[in-house]
Formats: sequence, C-alpha cells, structure tokens
Amino acid sequence: MAHQINVFAQNQPGRLEHMTKILTEAGVNIRAITISGVGDFGVVKLLADNPDLACQALEAEGFSAFKKEILAAVMDDRPGGLHRIFNILGGAGINVEDAYGFVVKDRETAVLLMELSAIAEAEQVLAAEGVEILSERELYEL
Amino acid sequence: MDESPFWEKELETFPTEQLRALQLRRLRRVTELCERSPYYRQTFREANFESSQLKTLDDLRRIPFLTKEDLRASGPFNFLAVPQDEIVRVHSTSGTTGVATPIFHTGEDIEAWANLVARCMYMVGMRRSDVFQNTMGYGLFTGGLGFHYGAERVGAMTIPAGAGNSRRQIRLMQDFGTTCLHIIPSYALYLGTVFQEMGLNPAADTQLRLAFIGAEPHTERMRERIEELYGIKAYNSYGLTEMSGPGVAFECPEKQGMHLWEDSFVAEIVDPASGERVAEGEEGELVLTALHRRGMPLLRYRTRDLTAAIPGACACGRSHLRIARIKGRTDDMFVIKGVNVFPMQVEKVLLSILGVGSNYRIVLETVEMQDRMKLMVEVTGGLWKGDVQELSRLRDRLVEGLREEIMITPRVELVEPGSLPRSEGKAARVEDLRRNH
Ligand SMILES: [Zn+2]
Repeated sequence: MAHQINVFAQNQPGRLEHMTKILTEAGVNIRAITISGVGDFGVVKLLADNPDLACQALEAEGFSAFKKEILAAVMDDRPGGLHRIFNILGGAGINVEDAYGFVVKDRETAVLLMELSAIAEAEQVLAAEGVEILSERELYEL
Repeated sequence: MDESPFWEKELETFPTEQLRALQLRRLRRVTELCERSPYYRQTFREANFESSQLKTLDDLRRIPFLTKEDLRASGPFNFLAVPQDEIVRVHSTSGTTGVATPIFHTGEDIEAWANLVARCMYMVGMRRSDVFQNTMGYGLFTGGLGFHYGAERVGAMTIPAGAGNSRRQIRLMQDFGTTCLHIIPSYALYLGTVFQEMGLNPAADTQLRLAFIGAEPHTERMRERIEELYGIKAYNSYGLTEMSGPGVAFECPEKQGMHLWEDSFVAEIVDPASGERVAEGEEGELVLTALHRRGMPLLRYRTRDLTAAIPGACACGRSHLRIARIKGRTDDMFVIKGVNVFPMQVEKVLLSILGVGSNYRIVLETVEMQDRMKLMVEVTGGLWKGDVQELSRLRDRLVEGLREEIMITPRVELVEPGSLPRSEGKAARVEDLRRNH
C-alpha cells in the first residue's frame, strides 16, 4: 500500500519553506502536496518518492510526522472520472476522509490520492469496478 | 537485625513537647544571634522586641514577617550575623520573579544543611550502596549542591551530572548503574521521551529504584506518571534557597504529606492577605523561621508557597509536622477575569487529557479590550497519529477541560515541537502581556 507523510505545522510564514528545504537536503523528491488546515495549525500532506527517509528527515529536525496509508487510484481522463470513483465508494458506504489529485508528467494520467477509514475494502470495490489502483512502487516511480 | 529506617532516630521521633522545648531553645539562640545583624537590630528596635523577652514559641509573633521584597530592598549584607570572614559559600535565588537574592552560609550552615538533606534521602531508603545521579543544575541554584552534599553525607556514590544533555544523562545512568535520581518532575517526563527515541525503556533498561522530585510544584498524577514510566518510587522534596535549599520538608515512605524538620525550622501557615494564622488543616502561605543558620538567619520568612498542615500522627513514627504537597506559589498565581488561576491547575488538565507530559506556555493578553488566556501546547508524536481531526478534537477537549477546572475559556493553540522555551529550573510558564498589568 502507498504512503504519504502527514506533518503537523503551524500556520505561519516560512514553515513550508523550512519543510521543503529539509526534504531537498535529504534528497527526497516531493510529488504532490496538500494542506488540511484548521485555522492556526494544519497538517501538511506530502507524497514523496521515499516516505521513510522523508519521515526520518523531518523528525530529526523536530517536526511531528507520521507515515499514513493512502489509496492511489487512476482517474479516467474524461468528464465524470472523479465522480465515478466517489460514486463507487459512496455506494459501498466507505467514507473518504481526505483526497487530492495530481496530474502526471505525460499530462494524460491523473491520480487521486485518498485517506480512507476502510482502505482495504475501498481497494477491493474500486478494483472490482475496473478502476486502476497504483502500487507503492508504481506511484513513486510515476 | 533490620537496618534502622532513621538517619537520626531520636531527633526524628522526638515527642512533641520535647520538640517544642528544643525549638524554643534554638529560637532564643537564633534571635540573640539576629541582634548582631544590622537589619534585625533595627527591626527589633522598631518592633520593641528583645530576644530576652522570648518566653514561648508564640512570642515569635512579635517579630514582623520578612518578605522577599524586604530581603531585596535591604541588601543581603545587612542580614549577616557573623563577620564576613566566616562566610564560606553564597547561593542565590533563581530570580525568575525579579532580581536574584544572595543567601550566605558559614561552614556550619553548610554542614547542618547537608545533614538535613541526608536525613531526607535516607528516610526514603537511599543507602551507601546506592548510585545517585544529580540532574539538577549546579552553581548558584541550591538544588544541585544541596543534594550533592546530602548524598555524599549518606555515602552514596554521587554523579554530579548537572542539568540538561538528556542523552548523556541516560548514558550515565547505564554506565554507572544509577539507582537514585534527583530530577525536576517535568524534566523526568521529558526525559522519558528521549529514552523512547533511543529505543530504551526507562523501567527495564536502567537500575533506577528511587527518585527525589522537586524544585517545581507538581500534581499527584504527575508523580504517578513518573513512577510508572521509570518503574520506581518517587518522593516529593521541598525547599527554597532562602531557607538554605532542599531539605526543608520531604515525604516519608508513607507518602501522606512531607515532614517539615521542626528541629531546624519553625513553621507557620498564614492567610496570605491578612497574615493571620489559619486553623489547623486549612490552606495558607507557609512562613518559615530557620533555627539552624548562623551566617544569615532569617525569621518568619514569607515563602509564598501555599500548603496546609496535615493533622494527626504519621505511621512512620516521625513526630515532625507534615505539610501537604505545595499547591502553587502565591506569586505564580495569576488573576484573569477575576478568577485566581494556578499553573498547576492547567498542568493537571493537560496531563489528564494528553496522558503524556508536554511542554506548554500560558500567555495572558488583551484582545479587543478583553483579557484572554492563551494556552500553547507542543504537539509531539505521543499526542496524535497523523490525522488533523484528532488534533482539532484534542484542542476542543483541552478547552473544555480547562473551562471546567478554572472557569475560564482559554484559546488553545497547538504549536510545533521545540517551538516553546524549555525551562530547566523553576518553570516560568506564564507570560503576562496584558496592557493594564
Ligand atoms: Zn511519616
């Protein structure tokens, strides 16, 4: 299963700069980033090519960071592609806690990253409907 | 034959009447001595008091209180009751609430102090065979040298580790097989996280069995956390630089309050506002008269520490007065929106909700003409598992828990680990930025 890094950060200027500098110096490549904010603090979610190294590097600099399991699904490149995924999950009664997407270099593949409570079940129902799920390796090598 | 649990059996178990007679004799001697210091010569004259008039312990009340401000305003040399040549050591208060105040000691004073600390350490079971690691700051702060001398007096091997450098502290414990620790309670909890980072378990991977915890007020819950975390027994220590340092009062193995050594101190508990003695068992400010000091004797010193006398005899057999765990300092207390708040109350809520020790800071500020209390708490790995919802729930629970405890709704701010100053001495955790204060 794929992982992202969830990092606690205060909502202050310079925090993201500091974080990305640490990762750059550790030689970690960041593929995607999103922030779930709750006012004066938030959780920065990073998709990195080496989640273990990213986590270690951030913790060594004093950040509170966790590796978090995610599901990476390939979206159909046509209208309704995103809706289809949520429709399948909704139909199975699976709640999506957070989601964000990114487009790969070839500009043709869009990937949806999801935090879910029932991640194994979600993978099953999506795969059964023919949605392509990326493995850890596939995702980091995009 | 079982080894005696007492360091000085006769003195520690003196019947109350004899103890009072001893106090009176020593009080006469110390007030005579005071007449040699410029400060007390003048104070006694103004109060129309002479040491020869001291017939009962109650006559002590004829002498005015001594406050921290008096001590500071008069200048320390004015309190010397011996020629300056006889002074061999100076210590100083931490100065967290203002200018530091020096306290002078003769060689005898140091001896008497070391003996009191030894009595405390022996009482809870430290022996010659123990290895004692002192994680308190040395230097002017009395917590370091006070325990150092006490431990050597008992005969334990003493490691003068000093404050800070957590990884080295842990290495020392392992290298020398430390069995007894002198540690500030908040630092003990913090050190637990360093053990974890190093992949060690403080209970299984050390020889520790005893800890002396003091230098900052703490809750019973905090003691329990320390005992669980390290798999040890932790005993509460009380002292203050103005009364030499540690060794004023200490818990016995019964853990039902701290015995205050009445052969060396006269204790009074007074209403902080009126200065009148409170009824036995009621809470008030501890006022201390040192009976065993020659260089700089201080009478009826207002400690600003809030406690209560515990009535009744202690099962350990010691006859000396027991005082309750220090609830807070009258000068740590802050007033917001008319409510008196002690940082200890905030700490209690934090510990019960977070379950782990966390560095925090209280900031009092004025926002849109209103006074507000802001609580900043560091988010460490122990508090969450990566979900933003966990953190907002945690924040809500903290706000609710504090509102219940102190009747004030604070603003709780979660901050990154390491972003708040970490205090190693007395925790200065309250910052008052209010415009009208
Ligand atoms: Zn006792």
